[in-house]
Amino acid sequence: MMASFRALVRKDIQLFFVDRRALLMSFAIPIAIGSFFGYVLGGQGDQPNASKIPVLTVDRDHSAISRQIVDRLAAEKALATKPSSPDDARTAVRKGQAIVAIIIPPNFGQDSGRAFFGPGLKPEIAVLYDPSHSAERAMVTGILTGDVMQAVSKEMFTGQTGRQMAQDSLARLERSTEIPENDKKPLEDLLRSVDRWNQQAGGSLAGGISRGLTMPYTTREEAVTARRNTRYNGYAHAFAGMVVQFVLFLGIDVGVGLLQQRQRGLWKRFRAAPLSRGVLLGSRAMSAAVLAFFVVLVNFLFAGLVFGVRVEGSLAGFLGVSAAFSLMTAGFGMLVATLGKTPEATRGLSIFATLIVVMLGGAWIPMFLFPQWLQKFTLVVPTRWAMDGFEAMTWRGLGLEAAGAPIAVLLGFGAVFGALAVARFRWEVEG
Amino acid sequence: MLEVDHIKKSYGRVFAVQGVSLRAAPGETIGLLGPNGAGKTTTVSIIAGLIRPDSGSVRIEGRPLTGDTDPSKRRIGLVPQDLALFDELTAQANLQLFASLYDIEGAPAQRAIGDALSLVGLAERAHDRVKDYSGGMKRRLNLAAALLHDPQILLLDEPTVGVDPQSRNAIFDNLEVLKSRGKTLLYTTHYMEEAERLCDRVIIMDHGRVVADDTLAGLYRLLPVTNLLAIELSQTDDDFPIADIESLPGVHSVKLEAGTLRVGVHNLATETPRVLQWLVERGHLYQHVSSERADLETVFLTLTGRSLRDS
Repeated sequence: MMASFRALVRKDIQLFFVDRRALLMSFAIPIAIGSFFGYVLGGQGDQPNASKIPVLTVDRDHSAISRQIVDRLAAEKALATKPSSPDDARTAVRKGQAIVAIIIPPNFGQDSGRAFFGPGLKPEIAVLYDPSHSAERAMVTGILTGDVMQAVSKEMFTGQTGRQMAQDSLARLERSTEIPENDKKPLEDLLRSVDRWNQQAGGSLAGGISRGLTMPYTTREEAVTARRNTRYNGYAHAFAGMVVQFVLFLGIDVGVGLLQQRQRGLWKRFRAAPLSRGVLLGSRAMSAAVLAFFVVLVNFLFAGLVFGVRVEGSLAGFLGVSAAFSLMTAGFGMLVATLGKTPEATRGLSIFATLIVVMLGGAWIPMFLFPQWLQKFTLVVPTRWAMDGFEAMTWRGLGLEAAGAPIAVLLGFGAVFGALAVARFRWEVEG
Repeated sequence: MLEVDHIKKSYGRVFAVQGVSLRAAPGETIGLLGPNGAGKTTTVSIIAGLIRPDSGSVRIEGRPLTGDTDPSKRRIGLVPQDLALFDELTAQANLQLFASLYDIEGAPAQRAIGDALSLVGLAERAHDRVKDYSGGMKRRLNLAAALLHDPQILLLDEPTVGVDPQSRNAIFDNLEVLKSRGKTLLYTTHYMEEAERLCDRVIIMDHGRVVADDTLAGLYRLLPVTNLLAIELSQTDDDFPIADIESLPGVHSVKLEAGTLRVGVHNLATETPRVLQWLVERGHLYQHVSSERADLETVFLTLTGRSLRDS
């Protein structure tokens, strides 16, 4: 009996390695897509321009203030700025070549200075944005606000424009009949103080506090990964996602293969032999699990060798998650074989179902982008647990204990799928 | 000895097999003849243990066949109607796998594979992938795959479907060799000429029932006539005396169609001269005389009222 079991497993593995399509689907395609997604998701964290937002800047003012704003934007880590013209900027955003365009209008320096000290008309900076990137627009607007405040305040308190503005404002204040007399005095004191400050700053206080208004805090950003100085590797997430997806596709092939064997009469030959149902289905499940485990390891090995993906956590945990996911895939494959009557119909249905669970499992889009309720819902999806397990053991660098829940849940799903498959499987071969 | 007793199988309201019984002794070749849907494949599937009958029993060498792992299944070799082979593997790898299903490995497996491939004439192509085989070669390999464990009873479910005449003859030759070795062959087909060439006994099935079970000679005896004499007349007129010919001794039926007289007789040797002499004596000259033998198609038509091919 064991000889038959071994031979059936060996046959499935042999067939897998002579099937070019299976090899393509299990290795070449997940590696290609994983590499692409990994790059898009920030790669190994050493790609300076990988996640920068493309922003076009249009300076129609050419004042000291507008030049400072453009320079400050260019110095921002999160932005990749490029000077442009109003028409070109609009066209580029419309075509999706830039996400945001910032247009500084003529006389911005003067108008912003007046608006800074008094009730003058506020100049308008146009922010053109691609509506499919609202999140980036909000981020750029925030950065712009900070840079404009710093540039304008610096110029107002230390620069030539600031001195001129303070004196002009004093003159307007004296002529003004609209401002009540008891308000004029404190405002006049403020402007004179600014004027004196500017005169001093122009001389001895050129550095240090002469930079204008600044953010009253700084931030220290730290990506929390396995260890300090271990950078987040986007390939770890991408390869986990693709491994989950394509190993499940392998599961579909196992199930569909079983149906094809039935269609081609091979199942009759197997059933005619004195073999138990356990041997027949068990050998198929075993070969599916062995192949799935192999595919997981080869894909991660590639990611490790080429993109530096490491099992930063527990190796035993990683192997455990891989094995549990492989067994779950075997159960899934067996279940697939009971879904439809024809291989073609079953394949279509199974691919659809797989893509849904892969998507819900966070293999394509990071889970944090999902609404809260959906994130909770995905706990009932096995792919979510596989993704959590792989991520915990790779870039998050967690210990064996963190693999416990994913392993248990995946094994549970595998058992349920397997039991359903055995219950639903059509053993008899009609004539 | 294979004994099948009153097996029944239905799928919902459809009765696939309704009380089929048969016996097959060693060295005997039995043809299961019937149109598509007659219940032949279901009968074979029940005997092979692929389907559990609703009632009735199958006994191999006196022991009832029970369960998936019944050792009696080793006495049976099944040649499915489909080409049950892995196209991507070589013939050798295919046979190795099928041998291992019966726990035959190592040297015994190699011997069995060699013997089976030699029998079907594919020893030279053992290491070619099955996908590179012709249809006829695949059919022969399909047969070889059922022989590895040296079964006493061979169930052949339409083993020549879709093959050229040359390959069909090769398969017949293989089966005759197996028959000469004392194997019991149960052969389903809807080709009468195959049954006539190979089978000692023919079981005719229709709508899941056995409508006849006899030797070929026995089946032909069921027919009112076994030979048909076709006489092409030189000239006919409306008042041709058909009734007079019908009254001749040994003549069972007479029909005149498009100038050809069709006379049904049992004994061609004695009745032919008598009929021809009668015609000449009465001035009814003829141009051509031929005879046709009644076949299983005629038997099926006689028993069911339908043609095998029309069913």
